[in-house]
Formats: sequence, structure tokens, C-alpha cells
Amino acid sequence: MKFRYLPMTEQDEKEMLAEIGIDSIDELFGDIPENVRFKGDLNITEAIPENDLFKKMSQLAAKNVNTKDYTSFLGAGVYDHYIPSIVNHVISRSEFYTAYTPYQPEISQGELQAIFEFQTMICELTGMEVANSSMYDGQTALAEAAFLSAAHTRKKKVVVSKSVHPEALSVLHTYAKGPNLEVVEVEAANGTTDLEDLKAAVDADTACVIVQYPNFFGQIEPLKEIEELVHQEKTMFVVSSNPLSLGALKPPGKFGADIVIGDAQPFGIPAAFGGPHCGYFATTKKLMRKVPGRLIGQTTDEEGQRGFVLTLQAREQHIRRDKATSNICSNQALNALAASVAMTALGKKGIKEIAIQNLQKAHYAKKKLEENGVEVHFKGAFFNELVVKVSKPVKEVNKALLEKGFVGGYDLRQYYPDLDQHMLIAITEQRTKQEIDTFVKELGGVQ
Amino acid sequence: MSHEKDQALIFELSKPGRVGYSLSALDVPETPIEELIDSEYIRDEEPELPEVSELQIMRHYTALSKRNHGVDSGFYPLGSCTMKYNPKINEDVARIPGFAHIHPYQDENTVQGAMEMLYDLQTSLEEITGMDEVTLQPAAGAHGEWTGLMMIRAYHEKNGDHHRTKVIVPDSAHGTNPASATVAGFDSVTVKSDENGLVDLEDLKRVVGDDTAALMLTNPNTLGLFEEHILDMARIIHKAGGKLYYDGANMNAIMGRTRPGDMGFDVVHLNLHKTFTGPHGGGGPGSGPVGVKKDLIPFLPKPILAKTEDGYVFDYDRPDSIGRVKPFYGNFGINVRAYTYIQTMGREGLKKVSDYAVLNANYMMRKLAPHFVLPYEQHCKHEFVISGKRQKKLGVRTLDMAKRLLDFGYHPPTIYFPLNVEECMMIEPTETESKETLDEFIDAMIQITKEAEESPEVVQQAPHNTVIKRMDETTAARKPILRYEKQ
Repeated sequence: MKFRYLPMTEQDEKEMLAEIGIDSIDELFGDIPENVRFKGDLNITEAIPENDLFKKMSQLAAKNVNTKDYTSFLGAGVYDHYIPSIVNHVISRSEFYTAYTPYQPEISQGELQAIFEFQTMICELTGMEVANSSMYDGQTALAEAAFLSAAHTRKKKVVVSKSVHPEALSVLHTYAKGPNLEVVEVEAANGTTDLEDLKAAVDADTACVIVQYPNFFGQIEPLKEIEELVHQEKTMFVVSSNPLSLGALKPPGKFGADIVIGDAQPFGIPAAFGGPHCGYFATTKKLMRKVPGRLIGQTTDEEGQRGFVLTLQAREQHIRRDKATSNICSNQALNALAASVAMTALGKKGIKEIAIQNLQKAHYAKKKLEENGVEVHFKGAFFNELVVKVSKPVKEVNKALLEKGFVGGYDLRQYYPDLDQHMLIAITEQRTKQEIDTFVKELGGVQ
Repeated sequence: MSHEKDQALIFELSKPGRVGYSLSALDVPETPIEELIDSEYIRDEEPELPEVSELQIMRHYTALSKRNHGVDSGFYPLGSCTMKYNPKINEDVARIPGFAHIHPYQDENTVQGAMEMLYDLQTSLEEITGMDEVTLQPAAGAHGEWTGLMMIRAYHEKNGDHHRTKVIVPDSAHGTNPASATVAGFDSVTVKSDENGLVDLEDLKRVVGDDTAALMLTNPNTLGLFEEHILDMARIIHKAGGKLYYDGANMNAIMGRTRPGDMGFDVVHLNLHKTFTGPHGGGGPGSGPVGVKKDLIPFLPKPILAKTEDGYVFDYDRPDSIGRVKPFYGNFGINVRAYTYIQTMGREGLKKVSDYAVLNANYMMRKLAPHFVLPYEQHCKHEFVISGKRQKKLGVRTLDMAKRLLDFGYHPPTIYFPLNVEECMMIEPTETESKETLDEFIDAMIQITKEAEESPEVVQQAPHNTVIKRMDETTAARKPILRYEKQ
């Protein structure tokens, strides 16, 4: 059988074996001990021709409800936003997507410059001085922020609000076991971090305080008050933030955050069943030499021409090995590129316009919900998500909504037993007034 | 711009009033923002994002792409990275709306196709590696390493073995191995290589003990050599109560020939962006599934994807699980690509992949051996290491030869790694390259060795044909400029 990715001909094989001085490829595997050689055929599929395979995969994909055919009000950390067509055209240029990490600057200037621009845009949005070239996702970036804080302060206690993304909390608990960090969760019963509880949790042993802005429930955390509490001790202030919201909201950097992390998925990256997305990590110049992951820096070549290189590599695993404070190697470079293109397309005006549309539409939805007798649970200021109370299990409500063409909200029951029969809904700029009106009506009707 | 070869930054192309997007007008009644949010929380300074038109954006990134070398641009024999062809059908499949536009929190009943795909991929990877169960949650190789080590730690702790604090790592190992061990809370211990480039069994016996949690091993190792004493090593580690960890970075060498599970490994991670053609993307995203043997299954990250009579479900009821290592279900988009690739090749094709990857590497090794120092004589697997010590005596370093290769349109091999071979070059051709490409590269390498003898300055001053010359990396690190600032 012939394979279109394998150019080896019988003639090639014969000539190459002769050059090596052997009779068969089997001889090249002669050093594998006899009793661990795999005999027979792997029990996996036969090769499938291209056309048939595309059809098969299309049929598999068709078994899924997708948010192009259905109208989605689901968010909870992954959002349906405008993706300019140009994004896919840029990331489909194979000079970008078939390249490795840009370790050879002379032939990687394209990637290096594009990511240098990404770092700049993340700094601009978050109000921070330094940003890295990306992390796996916002949740693991949050755990890495806790690691950096613990290493920098030489303290072991991590204080985190229960209003951060529940899966970020789960990931943090897993990561924390490595260096034996103590994770203390602070209540957020009214939708934002309980300041009294926070005050009680922060002490001289606290490495950092982590909050999310806007938080998991869509509420805007009082960063000003939190910062004052945090910085009373020598404690790092870590803010997880949806970067798209920062087109309208004052950036965490302006509130004295030491580290800002989050996910750039809202910029040009499809939901893709949860990944790949694009974590970002931004901090202050003071902490620049402790940042996890790759950093791109500007420099000049030997003729004085401007260019870009991977820099401060002494921080990273391939140099520091067992002294490294993070083991990250691969990151999410191609998605950082996608996010850069989307941020560039939106630009200075578009980022504000899109953020304000989210804010306005979500507030319109809240008004409509209340007019229709649906209870909106938390009362504080919010961005583009809100929690609504329903009178049946969320699973049942969503099933009924699906029949009307809607992907309903996130069932809060899984992580918040107190919020049984509450769903978190997201209203982005993608949702039209008519879609919101119909959704509100249907939601009222199925209850 | 002052330099004609310079590509302006996108910020330098910006001009107030230009846009590169279009949004529908707001169609709901607008409330003054001050009534919605406390003014202290309203952004008052606009972020300095570029203001450019759509064509300007496309020209900018097209210009940047021309300043970048990918596998589609030319040969990329970067050892340990498996820079093989990235199939185009993979890209098309990953963009089908039923894969690209599904939300991780949709009801399980509405994503059965995605879950079926993931389940089949897990099953295929279990078969290819000889492991009992696979998780697709880790995002990349290093993430998989750490996940595997956290599971080993949880396993030992469950057995009351709290004194197993050490992870043994060969001196030829990838840097991520000791770093992952540290992040998982272990101390690393190095085991030496012997004169044949393999783990020194005597040294292994010396460092192993009742404090051993695991041995991390790449097989074939980073020299491209098969650790033929693998069964002895497995016996030594298991007898001491440790676990054997397989770094799957080099899986491309052995598919259908041998399986980590059969060699005695307890935990395996794979790099789907290497062997299984998820593109490297300029550094990511990857996908780093982890496979384990039975006794480690309870510790797998949750949720576990399970097949039931009523369809596929995510099982969160896993009391011994190490917990979540990543939100949602891993880098799904990369997993779709890997699954597509496995089905394109099938059982016969995957074996041919490894056979030809190994044949190509041995052919190149034998053709280049007379011109360099070949540190290890035996057959290699999918990659090999040669040393530039002979050229170093002429004043030409391996770095110089690597830079000279750029002038020929090649991405250079990995250099100065592994650490145990002086002036080394690690070459991995992969199976997707034709004999003609290999021969042209071999000719270029031979020409460079001649230049090293006859006109060393040509090599020492290389590259000559790239858009920039060698970079001042010292200043980059001493006075870091990590973002654009408006002048």
C-alpha cells in the first residue's frame, strides 16, 4: 500500500540499505530485545483514504450541536465572539503553523516579531509592564502565578477567592501539591469576594491573593479595596482577567496588581470543546526575570539592524533543568498569533466598542429577564455574564431550550451546591436583540 | 524605516482613524456606562492597539510569514522535535464547525461525536503504546511529564511510601525531565551514560534505592540510540519499588516495532504535535496525553472519559485522582488532528512511518560519518548525533556550521544537545522527506566541512543570505526590551 506522506520508493529503499550495508530494515531494529519486539499488527484501524476520511470525520462532527447552527448563551470562561475572517487566513500561512519554536532567530523573525507584538498588546490591555509569549490556558497560568508568588516571597500560603473559575481552583489545588503550597479559599457568597473573610485569611505567611475580574459569575470585583488588604502584608496581588473586558474596564495594572493572568480565547480563538486556547501571563519589570515560559526581546544584529530573539532563557527548563521554577516548554504560540491578529483587527477603537457592546447587551438582557419574572441572582455590577435562578434542574431547562435552537447556560450546581437550579449565562456582542428577546421569552416559558 | 530589511512593527503602521473590523451597530437601548459601573472601574485610558486597515494587516503578517521558516518552506532536521509534514486534511477537519465551534460545557448529549472521537483516540494510543488507560488532558509534553510524575507521587503516598523523594534522570535527558520532577516536588538524581551512549547500569544500581520514586527515560534516547538493556533497567527500578516513566518524545522511532508498555514502562507521555502531526505552530499548542498501567489508573486526572450503554460520559467520581491538570478536556483541536492522522496511516502506515524514519536517519548518519566524528557506531533509530570536534580544531564551531546551513535554505539540526557529546549536532530527518532532499542536505553539510578547511571565515561569519545576521543576544538579556513603546 502507498501513503501520500511517505515518498520512499522501492528503489530508494534498496539504495539506502546498500549504503548502510544491510539487507533489510529489520536489521535496524535488531537492538530491541527479542521478547519486547512487537509482533503482528497493531489493533487499530486500516488506513482510510482522504475523501472517505473527511466524510467520516464530518459525520462525527455532525453528531455535535455546534454554536454556528445554534444560538449560544453559554460562557463560563469560553466565549462566542466575533472572529474576523482574516484571523484564520493569517494562522493558515504554513510558514507560521509548520514552524518550531523560534530558536534560530535569523529564519524566525516573523514568529518572533508577531509574538513581540502580542506581548505588547497584552501589556496595553492589562496595564502591566511585561507579558510572556503565552501559557497553556488561563487556568494553568493562574497556578503558575501562584508558583511565582511563592518562589518570590518564599511563603507557602495561597489565598484564592471562590469567585475565580472553578476549574482554575481545581487546577490550582493539583499544582499546589507539588511544592506543598497551602491553598485557602475565601468565600464569595454575595457574588464577589467576601472582604471580611479575605482580611481574616491574609497574614504574614501569605504568598499571594488571587481574584478574578470580572469574576466567574460575571461580577466586577472591588479591586481597589482588595488591593489595600493584600498589600498591607508583603503579599502578591494576582488578578485573573478576561482581556476583552479590559476594553471597557479599568485594567488590573492600574489597581496595583503584581501579576495579571487569563486567557486570550475571546480574541479570535474558537471554543473547540475547551482547547487549545491561549493563556497569558503579565507582570511587572521587577519580576521579569522570574516569569515562566518564553519571552521575546528586541535587539540588533551585528550590523545594527533591529530584530527579535528569545531572551532571558536562563529562567527556562532547558537551561536551568532541576533548578527551574516552571517546566513549561511548548506554549500556545499559534493561538497567541490568532489573538494578536484579532486584537490588531479590533484595534484601539474596536476593543472598546466590542467591550461596551457586551456590557450593554448583558444589561439589556438583565432588564428583560427581570421584566419577565426571571430572578437575576447577584446584584452587583457585572460585565457580560449573569446568574439566573430557574425553577427546574438546569439540565432540563437546557434540554427545552435546545429544542428551541438555544444552547443554554452553565449549570452552577456542579461546583456550587448552594446554587442548585441556577445557571450562568453569557451575552456577547454576537447576540442580537431579537435573540436575547426570544431567549428570555423561552427561558420564562420553560420554567 | 531606517533599515530596508526591517519589517515595521504593526504599531508603527498605525494611523488614527483606520479600522480593521466591522461590528453590527448596537441594537439594544444604550444606558450610560456610568449608570452600569462605578466610574472608578471604567477604563479612562485607551489601550494603544494598532489602527490599521484589513489589507495592511494581511500585508504585515504575510511579510512576517516570509521571514519565517516552516516545514512547508524547507527541510527541518531538528533533532528531538520530529519536524515532519503537517497534513492539510488535519487542518480542514479541525475547522469543521462540529469540532471547532462546540463549547466544553454543552450537555454531554450534544457532544457525543466529540466524545466518541476522544474515546477512540485514547483507545488507539493505548494500543500503540501498550498501556492500559490514557488521559488526553495534558496540554503538551512537559505538562504530561509533570502529570505522570504527580500520579507516581500519589501512588507512592497512597502506599504510605512518603520517603520516595527522588526521580532518576539520565544525563542525556531533555531539560523538561528534571524541571518536571522539581515542579512535582521531587529531587532529581542524574544517572550517567556509558561509553556506548546508553544508561550506565552500574551507575543506575548505585543511585537507585528505597528513596527512588521513578526513573524517567526516553527510548530511543536523545542520542537516537535504543536502550537495549531496558529490561534490566526495568527490573532494577521495579525491584527497588520505583516506577518507570517513558518520555514519548521519540515515539516516532518505534511504532509497530515495540511498545513502552511491553518494555516495562508504567507511565508514558506522548507528544501528539511530534509523532502524530499536530503542527508545532511556532512553539505550540501541543497535546501531551499520558498512558498508565493498571495500578496507576485510579490516579489519572479527572474527569475520565467513559463509555457506557447510554453513550459517552465524563466520570468525576474518582476519589484517588490527582485532580485536574487542565481546564476542560485538553487541547481538543490538536487531538482531532492526531486522530485524523492515525486514521490516514492506519496500522500498516504507522509502522512504515517508524521504519522509514529510522532508515532515513541511518542513511544520513552513514553518509555524514566520514566527514564528522561519529561518537557511537551502532545503528541509530530516528535520529543521530555527530560531533563537530574536528571542525572545532579548525576554528569552526558547530554553531557556525548551523548558521551556515541557513544560507542553504535549511533549518539547522539541534545543536549542543544532548549535553554529553561535545560540539554535537542532533539530526532527525523524519520519514516524510525524500531521498533527494536528504542527499542535497548531505551535500551541503559536506561542502560546509570543506569550507571549514579551506575558507573557515565563510562559515564563521555565516549566515550571509538571511534577512538579519547573528543577533546580539547578550544585550537582549542585559537590557531587555520586551514590548514596543511609542517614541
